[in-house]
Amino acid sequence: MLVVDKLSVSYDEAPALRDVSLEVTQGELVAIIGANGAGKSTLLKAIAGLLHPDAGSIRFDGQELAGRPPYEIVGMGLALTPEGRRLFSRMSVYENLLVGATPNRDQEARQALMKEVFDLFPRLKERQKQKAGTLSGGEQQMLAIGRSLMSQPRLLMLDEPSLGLMPLLVDQILETLQRLNQERGMTILLVEQNVREALEIAHRGYVLQSGRIVAADDANTLLHSDLVRRAYLGI
Amino acid sequence: MTDLMQVLASGVLMGLVYALISLGLTLIWGVVEIVNFAHGDFLMLAMYLAFTIYAAFHLDPLISLPLVVIALAIFGVIIHKFVIRPVLKAPMLAQIFVTFGLMIFLRGMAQFIWGPDYKAIPDPLVSGSVQIGGVYLSLPQMVAGVGSVLGAAIIAWIVYRTELGRGLRAVAEDREAASLMGISPEKMYIATWALGAGSLGIAGALLVNFFYVFPEVGGVFGLLAFVTVALGGFGSVAGAFIAGIIIGLVQMSAGFFIDPAIKDIPVYLIYLLVVVLRPQGLLGEF
Repeated sequence: MLVVDKLSVSYDEAPALRDVSLEVTQGELVAIIGANGAGKSTLLKAIAGLLHPDAGSIRFDGQELAGRPPYEIVGMGLALTPEGRRLFSRMSVYENLLVGATPNRDQEARQALMKEVFDLFPRLKERQKQKAGTLSGGEQQMLAIGRSLMSQPRLLMLDEPSLGLMPLLVDQILETLQRLNQERGMTILLVEQNVREALEIAHRGYVLQSGRIVAADDANTLLHSDLVRRAYLGI
Repeated sequence: MTDLMQVLASGVLMGLVYALISLGLTLIWGVVEIVNFAHGDFLMLAMYLAFTIYAAFHLDPLISLPLVVIALAIFGVIIHKFVIRPVLKAPMLAQIFVTFGLMIFLRGMAQFIWGPDYKAIPDPLVSGSVQIGGVYLSLPQMVAGVGSVLGAAIIAWIVYRTELGRGLRAVAEDREAASLMGISPEKMYIATWALGAGSLGIAGALLVNFFYVFPEVGGVFGLLAFVTVALGGFGSVAGAFIAGIIIGLVQMSAGFFIDPAIKDIPVYLIYLLVVVLRPQGLLGEF
């Protein structure tokens, strides 16, 4: 479904990603793990069209994404829930969801999607008239995910959805992602710093270090590999 | 008492026009993040356009208003495409120079085309005044006040109640996040310039019924629009509206109770106080 081939990205000449290749097939939940500054966010931003790659290709269902603007890419069925949630804090929960539905003009389809999101996160339904900025951290993350779902993505990318949440909520959010993947067949590409939790719900994982992929394997194998245990789990 | 009522009425009527004028400025700032120093001069163009249509075809500004609105909206989009877009990613100083240069250019052009003289519509469709409870209300001003409220209401409706408006507010708050949601910022910029300049088309066609037009007229209204936006809060539609009325009231009161020659002094005093004491303005979010 998504094929990234030898992707290189740099910020003002400073290389951030070098020759990164990865693949996500339909129905998978893939985790990208790595330390701060390893290039995880850069990778997702480049796929979503926020950054322009220096070299390499990004293909989604056979179509080249590199060079396309973000607002076109989301319309092709590839959504990114950005790091730090980036909600429209002055708009209501309901309006945030509607903005998320921009690629989908059909009003009936929107209402159906809205219902699905409210089924997934009943809390959002209760708070739909509230300003997004007044929600708690966990609710904001739910809204950020729900807003991405409103574009009806075939592949959902999430950048650190657990950032700044307390451990109980981290588990809740990751469990929700697992349910989305298992029950609704949503293909997910997840970037996480909570290495153990992420690998526990993922099928496969990639380890990113200083802009390069240093390991790629089944999530379970990775979780028990020396590399991951020593570098990220401190065992 | 009647004096006070008279001042209040005139102040509110004028304030409504200021409110409409400042809406465009605050919208463009909020969405495009450009401070348009030529804002008042767009209004000058609208006034001249309405005047010229009147002079050439004897069509009253109140009738040619839709034409003026469309022309200004198109003009706004052209300015965006050819003048503003090239400096969108440039340093702020370059952006200031560009809109400031545009202001000087438009004034020079107006002087070249229409000359430096003050012009006015000699026999507008609506003229004279009515007396309500001892208060004299100039009819053209009443029309301008009501028209401004309608114009502002249409803009507020677009911004707060439509899909386009949601897109505008999304880009204003977080351009990158908005583009991740499928909104093209460039399209929103174009819509903002069309709305912002178009609203000046309404204001210009209404103003020219009772206000002289001359090449520098944009300076008067542009500066008042800046004060209004600063008082109301940059980026706030509701703030601009309330602030417009306050500015109108202050101006009329000072002119009536102190001296017409100093009517603008308290207005700019308010501006100074706002900048020092509450830089974000009454309802500002920035």
